[in-house]
Amino acid sequence: MAGSSDLNVAYVARLARINLTEDEAKTFQKQLDDVLKYVEKLRQLDVTGVEVAAHALPVFNVFRDDVPRGWFTAEQALSNAPRQENGLFVVPKVVE
Amino acid sequence: MTGNDLPALSIAELQSLLRRREVSPRDVISALRQRIEAIDPDVAAYLSLDFDTADKESENANVDLPLGGIPIAVKDIINVIGQPCTCASKILNGYRAPYDATVVQKLRAAGAIPFGKTNLDEFAMGSSTENSALKSTRNPWDLSRVPGGSSGGSAAAVAADEAFGALGSDTGGSIRQPAALCGVVGLKPTYGRVSRFGLVAFASSLDQIGPVTKTVRDAALIMSAVAGHDPQDSTSLNEPVPDYVGHLGNSLRGVRLGVPKEYMIEGIDPQVRAAIEAALKQLNSLGAEIVEVSLPSTEYGVAVYYIIATAEASANLARFDGVRYGYRAENPKDVLDLYGRTREEGFGPEVKRRIILGTYVLSTGYYDAYYLRAQKVRELIRRDFASVFEKVDALISPTSPVAAFKLGERVADPLQMYLADVFTIAANLVGICGISIPCGFTDLDGHHLPIGLQLLGKPLDEARILQVAHAYEQSTDWHKARPPIAANVPKQ
Repeated sequence: MAGSSDLNVAYVARLARINLTEDEAKTFQKQLDDVLKYVEKLRQLDVTGVEVAAHALPVFNVFRDDVPRGWFTAEQALSNAPRQENGLFVVPKVVE
Repeated sequence: MTGNDLPALSIAELQSLLRRREVSPRDVISALRQRIEAIDPDVAAYLSLDFDTADKESENANVDLPLGGIPIAVKDIINVIGQPCTCASKILNGYRAPYDATVVQKLRAAGAIPFGKTNLDEFAMGSSTENSALKSTRNPWDLSRVPGGSSGGSAAAVAADEAFGALGSDTGGSIRQPAALCGVVGLKPTYGRVSRFGLVAFASSLDQIGPVTKTVRDAALIMSAVAGHDPQDSTSLNEPVPDYVGHLGNSLRGVRLGVPKEYMIEGIDPQVRAAIEAALKQLNSLGAEIVEVSLPSTEYGVAVYYIIATAEASANLARFDGVRYGYRAENPKDVLDLYGRTREEGFGPEVKRRIILGTYVLSTGYYDAYYLRAQKVRELIRRDFASVFEKVDALISPTSPVAAFKLGERVADPLQMYLADVFTIAANLVGICGISIPCGFTDLDGHHLPIGLQLLGKPLDEARILQVAHAYEQSTDWHKARPPIAANVPKQ
């Protein structure tokens, strides 16, 4: 299903790992076509030679000393897991 | 002063009562609790409250610390240890924060008590708080209208005297716009001024945490507590934090304020325009010089924002996959089914729309046309601001082109909702600071609805916009007005 833009909502939703109902895909297609039509206005501008924006204040590479520090215990890291066993997150089988 | 009157106080007023030992931190928590129980069923500003912990903390509060014994509400997208952090999303159902965000650590170090989490648009995506998957917050000035968003719970709580002050987060106006619509003060600091560690990321190059308060002085007090470098946030700026409170009260003589001509456009409600024009006269009479300036790239701001913010969101929200925390779909048949259904069932429509748009603008074949071009236009917008800030100390505009709109009025049309952010978005794209303060009321069907005045400042120049905002505020009575629901709480 394609609308007035190149965007195919059903296809991109699969890339983004979001299942959509057909109704939802249809509504989003129309709404996002409108948004993409609106952002077309960026094409009016000449951006030749413009460097990509940096931050308002220049921040370059930030380094810290590579020293051990306190962090979550395994128990804390697992404290919100929907499923866990033996100190591990449990997920459906990924490889056969 | 009875317990019933306490919630109406500003942080500064409460602080002096606490320090004179006229009230105890426990009295404060108990008065706030009563207030919230009396009116939050109508306002619906809070998603969760933890008064048991707050009571215990109040017993040990040191009132001589900068925010000693002051309860502060926290937008429910910032981690507070042991409390939920839902981001107003079903996908974080059941999550409890295993750590404190840096801002929360800093609030605690200053003596404040984080007691409750406020409602927001899901993952801070929205301008009305209607995108919350959990509840619909009302504007305290008119319960049939939105509080603005995305920090709508924080702004409504402060406006209705259900909080002395609150933290919000601002990605495209999410502190300033709800502050304007609810008639309170909201400050978005310079990008990097306040640590983002522990703030659930929406758009990492745009997000900033900041205060929502009843007065400009209170905003300065919270800023003094939460600003500063954090080694846990690599975008945090290692610059000294000025004495924000100390700069308040300085004269406006010699201060130059710019009015961007592209911001005084058609589409601004005539009552909003009149209030801004009156505020300009007032600032002028206080000694400030008002000059017209131009920001030629203004009309591209919203388009640039909705490409960059959605692109960053699509990457940041990939972490919600049902594996490590929060909601997981039942009985997944394989891992793709686990991801696809968890995200289908866990995310609301606006979040899905933005992830899809963001994935698209980053995808092969479209990256250059959308994302890269948007980043270049962002640089043009940055140059506009750099150039006007050579001529003026700060910029002035309405915060929002309209006062609070009706619940449901704009939900069906995302693009119209996006256009409401036209005056606030540039500050995030460019990384500068901005504040919204009350500057009047519209009169609509017999309801008074607050109007917000926005001041934008140079990078790291929070002290200047606070100074100008304070001078204006102290010469007017707008900040003293209370919404009917807060003024008419039954005496107990």
